[in-house]
Amino acid sequence: MDLTSASINFSIIYPEISLLIAAALILVSVFHKSANRIAPYIALIGIVVSIAMIFKQWGHQESGFFGMITCDSFGVTFKLIFDVTALLSLLIAHRYMISKGINRPEFYALLLISTMGMMVMANTTDLIVIFLGLEIMSVPLYVMAGFAKRSLWSSEAGIKYFIMGAFASSFLLMGIAFIYGASSTTDLRRIVADFHFIMSNSPAYMLTGMALILVGFGFKIGAVPFHSWVPDVYEGAPTPVTAFFSVGPKAAGIAALLRIFIFGFANVMMLSTVFWVLAVLTMSVGNILALKQNNIKRLLAYSSIAHAGYILVALTVGGNDAISAAIFYLVAYIMFNLGAFAVVTLMETRSGCKSDFSELVGLAKVHPYLAAVLTLFMFALAGFPPTAGFFGKFYIFSAAIKSGYIWLAVIGMLNSFLSVYYYLRVVKTSYFDSSDKSFIPVKYSLSIIIVLVITVIGTLGIGLFPQQFLNWSQSALFAFL
Amino acid sequence: MSEYLFLVPLFPLIGFLINGLLLGRLPRSMIAFIACVSVGLSFILSLFLFFGLKAMPPEIRIVEQVLFNWIIAGSFHANIGFMLDPLSAVMIMVVSGVGFLIHIYSIGYMRGDTGYGRYFAYLNLFMFSMLILVLADNFLFMFVGWEGVGLCSYLLIGFWFEKKSASDAGKKAFITNRVGDFGFLLGMFIIFWQVGSLNFTEVMASAPQVFVSGGVLITVTCLLLFFGATGKSAQIPLYVWLPDAMEGPTPVSALIHAATMVTAGVYMIVRTNVLFIMAPDALMVVAIIGVVTAFYAATIGLAQNDIKRVLAYSTISQLGYMFLACGVAAFSAGIFHLMTHAFFKALLFMCAGSVIHAMSGQQDMRYMGGLKKYLPITFLSMLMATFAISGIPGFSGFFSKDEILWKSFSSPFGNYILWAVGFITAGLTAFYMFRLIYLTFYGKERMDEKTKAHIHESPKSMTVPLIILAILSVIGGWVGLPHLFGFTNNFEHWLEPVMRKTNQIIAARRINEAVGETGIEWGLMIATVALVLISIYFAYLIYNKRTELATSLREKFSSVHKLLLNKYYIDEFYGAIVIRPLIYFSLFLWKVIDVAVIDGFINGMASSYDDVSGTLRTMQTGRVRTYATIFLAGVVIIIAYMVFY
Repeated sequence: MDLTSASINFSIIYPEISLLIAAALILVSVFHKSANRIAPYIALIGIVVSIAMIFKQWGHQESGFFGMITCDSFGVTFKLIFDVTALLSLLIAHRYMISKGINRPEFYALLLISTMGMMVMANTTDLIVIFLGLEIMSVPLYVMAGFAKRSLWSSEAGIKYFIMGAFASSFLLMGIAFIYGASSTTDLRRIVADFHFIMSNSPAYMLTGMALILVGFGFKIGAVPFHSWVPDVYEGAPTPVTAFFSVGPKAAGIAALLRIFIFGFANVMMLSTVFWVLAVLTMSVGNILALKQNNIKRLLAYSSIAHAGYILVALTVGGNDAISAAIFYLVAYIMFNLGAFAVVTLMETRSGCKSDFSELVGLAKVHPYLAAVLTLFMFALAGFPPTAGFFGKFYIFSAAIKSGYIWLAVIGMLNSFLSVYYYLRVVKTSYFDSSDKSFIPVKYSLSIIIVLVITVIGTLGIGLFPQQFLNWSQSALFAFL
Repeated sequence: MSEYLFLVPLFPLIGFLINGLLLGRLPRSMIAFIACVSVGLSFILSLFLFFGLKAMPPEIRIVEQVLFNWIIAGSFHANIGFMLDPLSAVMIMVVSGVGFLIHIYSIGYMRGDTGYGRYFAYLNLFMFSMLILVLADNFLFMFVGWEGVGLCSYLLIGFWFEKKSASDAGKKAFITNRVGDFGFLLGMFIIFWQVGSLNFTEVMASAPQVFVSGGVLITVTCLLLFFGATGKSAQIPLYVWLPDAMEGPTPVSALIHAATMVTAGVYMIVRTNVLFIMAPDALMVVAIIGVVTAFYAATIGLAQNDIKRVLAYSTISQLGYMFLACGVAAFSAGIFHLMTHAFFKALLFMCAGSVIHAMSGQQDMRYMGGLKKYLPITFLSMLMATFAISGIPGFSGFFSKDEILWKSFSSPFGNYILWAVGFITAGLTAFYMFRLIYLTFYGKERMDEKTKAHIHESPKSMTVPLIILAILSVIGGWVGLPHLFGFTNNFEHWLEPVMRKTNQIIAARRINEAVGETGIEWGLMIATVALVLISIYFAYLIYNKRTELATSLREKFSSVHKLLLNKYYIDEFYGAIVIRPLIYFSLFLWKVIDVAVIDGFINGMASSYDDVSGTLRTMQTGRVRTYATIFLAGVVIIIAYMVFY
């Protein structure tokens, strides 16, 4: 691989460019009176074109912009993951935004720009570009969290997320500075090439730098103890935004962690201990806190922390099996988590609903299909076969056991066992509980139905044909570094 | 050809999905159309596959299609794969053919039922599972079908779940089957442990090298597999669920509990015949259980008054014959009887259904009689089936049963005791079947006036399948005409590739070809036919000519009659020996172990988690400065660890 590819090579960022053009068009259209109506369609077209571009890049390994941007199977896989996430979130959001009176075109532009930032993050080997991507992703997220500006909750979520995010970013940037100080480069490939030399010269700088970078991404994926913002922001933000938060930035953070710590600084013993502790803390705290929640959004927030913990197990283990298991899990998680959020969003489009458990009572009687779908997602989140959730956990834990991390796997399984309680509580409430209040029927919209169909097919399909899907995740293993 | 295999089970699956997901919102004619056409397509495809296979040279008559790897975990892997060989070709034709006829029959039979869509959805799901079971190319995938048919059986027995007896019967069937499945699973584990694969072809190829012939391990494996078969195929000791399964709709009894699912155990043993032939002790057990079940169930059948229960015990008895065949290593005879039995037993049930239909739901034969003139088509069809099951020469059952009896006598694994019990059972079979015919169709009309006014022949959709099956019951045995009559047994010849290894071993064990064999064979056959005719005469005498004989006999042998009527009190026996202690043990587990020990522990855990959760929640203050402090603490600890450790 030529480190100083002198060419610019625009073709490797076509997917990003598609999103950007769509976002720009939306922002320009703001001044037109029907912008509200056309913005989602522009965004949709942008994403679809972007996906098409991704398929054109499939299997290519290139680099451009003087080595600052890369295009490898790993990155392209993640680009697809981000685009699918954006697409599903968009479809979930549309009706909700209208029903809450906040359907403004800027929202869709922000969504696209944020997605583009994730793509940048996952497709570079340069630490500064990773940071750049992170900020492109994060700034729109802050705005999106506070998008329902008349809602106190939403504004609070936006401000909190912004303060904590800025806080975390500063650590990340500091970490990059330390690494730069030790190695006088920000290009991971160069650092890794001279790793032993740099480590023996200035170990303290390197290790501090790594620790700070880890913290920065740990914040984005909601790892304990950098997770405190998650419940507040998830609960306050508009529900479709929460849906997007729970998967998009997480996937991006995982991508960056994988590239830096698994493909890059592999074999640093202390790192694996830190990952081990983070994984255990993240799984346990997420699950334990979820036990007592009475609000589904908050429950899903904590559950998303716990799921980040399972993926951290894979990162602790390292090695090809674990990484492909992590990617497998991530995609599976996107499917059933977004599915669950789609149901919650649908419930919230009824007026006066805030996703408390009590609002679920009677769901099964009024909407048997919706209740069945929700049950499927809860089973998947809890990790029951034959859903995608089971095989996701199965591959991660079996990789852990194969590499000798028996205790980690045991703790993971116990956690997963614990989680069954609160997931099934959702099912129990919607099927068996009764109350004197009658259930207000929900109104389906085409976009939500599309999301539910896609996520149900994804959840069951991955669970029924896990091997095909694992093969696909393994094909993503090729990465520069 | 192989690329079409997966379509065979796929068609019913599509039917199930359409009818199942729409929850019966389609018009009834549409529901029935989808259900029947999906199975009909499977049947047509099965025929094509059969003739395709037939066109190939016998040595290579095996077609496999692996759709994809299903699970790969370490050294374990299982495929979603199908295998068509002469054995599975016969099975798919029988299953989809008889299944198709019963689907058609159901259109009329279930006409007035509110659960029309649900019924056909279940029926299609059953066809899907059953076809998976017989087409699977490995044990695990077969087990999927095995469990699938069990599930459908449960759903369909309890189809009228508002009736407590029906839902209880469903549970009984399911639980009893689970006991057997446990054996099947354990057997599968041993096979995987020893061979390292679950693929049939691989297991059968390497079994002779891996297992010691006649050794403990192979014997245990075969016994465990057989235990699984006794559950599914209703043999001693796990037969108890089948009579109760008659709570389901009658077409279900015909399809699942007579023609197809209950024969899955027989199919499984024949499929693994290479293993069984290496375990002569296990074969002996199979033969003994088979023949004892055949005899035992036939005796119970003598005294039952419910028309469906007679047939249920008859099914158990006939399945016993099939296992007898397997036990004496006459596997192709077992499959032959499986096929002919599928025809005539499905027909018997469907005729019984037609009778019940005409009698406005009455199933007790004591309140029937004289139906011959009201239901001419049903009567004639049922008569054909009865001739077949009784073994009247020329009818299908004669050839298959005679083959089994002869093999149980002449096979190196057989002996004269097995033959003698099977022989007596043949007499009993003829007796109870003709008892059924005389009680139902002849004699005085014993029903009340209201029922009598309603008696009518069934609609075309029901009678046409009856006629087709009646024809098959007559001629179905002609594919396997015995050597004795100067024919080559085509059926045995067709299955030969599946049994190649087995046949070699049998040939090696057969020390000397008995000289007077043909003489003995003729003799035994004539004896059987004579016994059957005498039994029929007695049935005629007791239940038609001199009906007062029945009463006096019943009084004379009242204790025996009571014993038979109450099915040897076996349900009560199981209740006392197995279920009651199990309930007490469960109560002990519940009250002592569960409530005190486990719940105490769990509740303790839960409340401590509760405390932890509460404590952790206090850290979730909602204040950003708290969050930042926690965050910072984390950073400091990580850096300190990494730099100073």
